[in-house]
Amino acid sequence: MIQLRLFARFREELGIESEQLDAQGLVCIEDLLRQLRGRGEAWARLLAEDQRVMVAVNQELADRQTLLSEGDEVALFPPVTGG
Amino acid sequence: MSYMASDTPNIRVQSEPFDPNREVDELRGNDPTVGAVVTFIGLMRDFNEGVEVQRLFLEHYPGMTEKVLKEIVAEATERWPLRGCRVVHRVGELTPMEPIVLVAVASFHRKEAFRACEFIIDHLKTKAPFWKRESTQNGVRWVDAQGSDDPKEIS
Repeated sequence: MIQLRLFARFREELGIESEQLDAQGLVCIEDLLRQLRGRGEAWARLLAEDQRVMVAVNQELADRQTLLSEGDEVALFPPVTGG
Repeated sequence: MSYMASDTPNIRVQSEPFDPNREVDELRGNDPTVGAVVTFIGLMRDFNEGVEVQRLFLEHYPGMTEKVLKEIVAEATERWPLRGCRVVHRVGELTPMEPIVLVAVASFHRKEAFRACEFIIDHLKTKAPFWKRESTQNGVRWVDAQGSDDPKEIS
């Protein structure tokens, strides 16, 4: 299992803050994104290839090629706007 | 004497307002080797993209946000000979004119303080997980990242 966390606009538009999901068959972040896009229109739109998406794995910034492991915390969020 | 003047942590994410002058005084402490302090203070504006902004809400990723800020400050401390750094960032509800963020850098001379301060705020803006949501007369909207900030996007 991995823990998926969503922040800001992603959390609001997808209506999920956090969930456990089965990591079987997911090698890297791109695999996870592909699976999530299949959940429906809102997911496909927000996580589309041309969308601006940031990812963190275990609270470290990651990219599409970052490998997933059992027990990982994966966060998806729009580009940050602090400061 | 230690350059850490007080027990107040130098990297903080907090919902309470802060006083930038007091933060700088605490950072300087009684260190007579500090010859320069450079500060950046980010303030809440009451206008953005043509619309009046009444309130701002700042969301963050508890745990990761603090970790990223510490990493950025650690990198600045490695790059330049500094005497101290302080980063304070607000979260939660803010009203116009309130300080959102303070980056204060103390060093022997001005050059390293200027460079480290700019380095820290630039990296904070593209890497630290904070998100702004504005309340305007037209409703609530999430602020879009500026393209020029070159966020580390993956897709």
